[in-house]
Amino acid sequence: MSVRRLAEDSIQPAGFAFNAENAAWAEATIKKYPEGREQSAVIPLLMRAQEQDGWVTRAAIEAIADLLGMAYIRVLEVATFYTQFQLAPVGTRAHVQVCGTTPCMLRGAEDLINLCKKRIHPDPLHLNEGGTLSWEEVECQGACVNAPMVMIFKDAYEDLTPEQLEHIIDRFEAGKGDEITPGPQIDRIYSAPVGGPTTLTDAGTKKAPAKANGGDPAIVPPSNAARPKTDADETDPTLKTPATAKAEAAANAEAKGDTRAEGGAQEAREKPSLDDKNRPAGIARPAAIDDLKLVSGIGPKIEGILHELGIFTFAQIAAWKKAERDWVDGYLNFRGRIERDDWVRQAKALAKGGEAEYIRVFGKKPR
Amino acid sequence: MLKDQDRIFTNIYGLKDKSLKGAMARGHWDGTKQLLEKGRDWIINEVKASGLRGRGGAGFPTGLKWSFMPKESDGRPHYLVVNADESEPGTCKDRDIMRHDPHTLIEGCVVASFAMGAHAAYIYVRGEFIREREALQAAIDECYDAGLLGKNNKLGYDIDIVVHHGAGAYICGEETALLESLEGKKGQPRLKPPFPANMGLYGCPTTVNNVESIAVTPTILRRGAAWYTSFGRQNNHGTKLYSISGHVNRPCTVEEAMSIPFHELIDKHCGGIRGGWDNLLAVIPGGSSVPCVPGAEMKDAIMDYDGLRELGSGLGTAAVIVMDKSTDIVKAIWRISAFYKHESCGQCTPCREGTGWMMRVMERMVKGNAQKREIDMLFAVSKQIEGHTICALGDAAAWPIQGLIRHFRPEMEKRIDQYTANATAHGAVLEAAE
Repeated sequence: MSVRRLAEDSIQPAGFAFNAENAAWAEATIKKYPEGREQSAVIPLLMRAQEQDGWVTRAAIEAIADLLGMAYIRVLEVATFYTQFQLAPVGTRAHVQVCGTTPCMLRGAEDLINLCKKRIHPDPLHLNEGGTLSWEEVECQGACVNAPMVMIFKDAYEDLTPEQLEHIIDRFEAGKGDEITPGPQIDRIYSAPVGGPTTLTDAGTKKAPAKANGGDPAIVPPSNAARPKTDADETDPTLKTPATAKAEAAANAEAKGDTRAEGGAQEAREKPSLDDKNRPAGIARPAAIDDLKLVSGIGPKIEGILHELGIFTFAQIAAWKKAERDWVDGYLNFRGRIERDDWVRQAKALAKGGEAEYIRVFGKKPR
Repeated sequence: MLKDQDRIFTNIYGLKDKSLKGAMARGHWDGTKQLLEKGRDWIINEVKASGLRGRGGAGFPTGLKWSFMPKESDGRPHYLVVNADESEPGTCKDRDIMRHDPHTLIEGCVVASFAMGAHAAYIYVRGEFIREREALQAAIDECYDAGLLGKNNKLGYDIDIVVHHGAGAYICGEETALLESLEGKKGQPRLKPPFPANMGLYGCPTTVNNVESIAVTPTILRRGAAWYTSFGRQNNHGTKLYSISGHVNRPCTVEEAMSIPFHELIDKHCGGIRGGWDNLLAVIPGGSSVPCVPGAEMKDAIMDYDGLRELGSGLGTAAVIVMDKSTDIVKAIWRISAFYKHESCGQCTPCREGTGWMMRVMERMVKGNAQKREIDMLFAVSKQIEGHTICALGDAAAWPIQGLIRHFRPEMEKRIDQYTANATAHGAVLEAAE
């Protein structure tokens, strides 16, 4: 069992009251139970209080005890026993609950936890700098065939990779969490096997028969199949590829004129003109061109744009000066990504000795 | 392989209409009134004859459990409580019933409540299943609107169904802990006897059943016990929702016949083991609380209660957790120990102290920072926890570790040897003997 205590007095609010809607709901909930058994409603009421305030405060515990005619200690007991009650404030935009139990662990939940440590806070149940995000490792959430998964508020996000989770966290941090469709984040119908159900295939629900060897489903990008129509990236038909990695996410953000990468309200900057003097010189398409996608940060879409600019080789990128880099960054609406990913250094290594040199310099394979 | 027309959960993947109208089109709520008119004894006998065993893990015959309820009320109301607190690691079958096929469960509640003379049914959904709870509540509201539930309904039997929820305590899946929680207390299991059939919810006769057990009964009654017994071996009849997770190519939840061989289940529905059958290390066949079985023994195993008991494991909730040879099996079992340490309710000393102790020893075993004799000590301690607690959580915490030691002791010893061989790297200082 875990030791759980109320938050310190200094952050406890002075009072608690259900708002009008919740108060009516509470009254109806209490009525569901037989007369004299009002105590049964304690868990639903505490949960509602948590939804209202974001966490369970001492004032809420006392108010609910008074409402149900229970001793304070009995409600306190319940609030500390059940681990879903947050006894201290959690992230206002997202509290990421990562399932870490064995079935999820087998499919890579540890990577998700490491990502949360890096992205949010090294310790669970601590707020990030802005107070918008927090995370914790929870025990089995009951979505084991869709492992690994996280739960954010009321919804489960399943079949995740660290990249997708980062994308989801980014969205929530920008206050646009509702753009992500909950459920499996790969091409999959709820708990049916990847590639379509093997049973119940009659009556207009036919899908292509699954192949004998499906490979590792985690690497299959999501598609539009069987998804309700929403504004999420995954279902937006104008996007060729959904965001499975940061680079594509950035490309998508550009395609949609999305400004979330910088935290929301900022307006899209004006695109630099093609006649600018800082535009790097292009060349005619040579016979042998380099695979620019090897540079981390360049996806198929960006590669296409670079080709349009007449950029075909690593040597060209390696020779970019600061002003030229800024121009390309502005042209791609990339917000400093070229510097962050250090394209020049990557391109230099690739131009010098190809993949082997890249591995020597960066200690990992390109892409 | 089970034919589609023999599957009970026809909308388990949510591809079809899950409203009342859609459910009726698929044959649910068909002739429910006529089923009730056949009488209580007929229903209980038919369920007994079907050989349905509880789908929540223990496998207790459902019909027999219903027959324990008092025949006549002594003035106290009777209650049906449905255990939808599905928290066993690996298990996610009830979730799909509630969110995609809720009417099977609601109709089952009506039939079961009638069979035990209950006029109120409580469905206790685990706190994390928020969307599932909403889907279930929406389906129940639909039934109220259609006059299938409530007082003076079309079926001629007054029944109210209340959806209740928990808040993240695994132990509330234990039936008496669930009742405590439903009464608004900490979920700590009660001593038995008295059994819930005499003194259950609010001190009244109560039966607690798993979601799947309840949801299959209307179909069994409609199609007859003989149909249901045509699947599976003697004493293990019927169909079952299997949820297969871990290192298979395509994890999924699927309804199959009982007694299906393990390799057939995996090859047909999950696209085989990741990396082929030779890559199979071990399988936990029934949710985290049953012992693991080595891959070699598992391949031809029969997936039913008796078949897996012969292998020293159990069917449990049919939550199959597959581990291939890339798995650190000691660490996988350590994580299960951590789970039980987290979920122990703290009522009985052997479990409260023992689960934490076992987790800490396992933590050292993962690194190899232990003595070989400690493996025996760990086994002995797990035996002292098993059977010495009020509920089965103590047993459930002990069994995975016992299974690990029984089948993978060489792996544990190898790790200890490795750690010892590298001792100086961990800071040990070599000293000359004097």
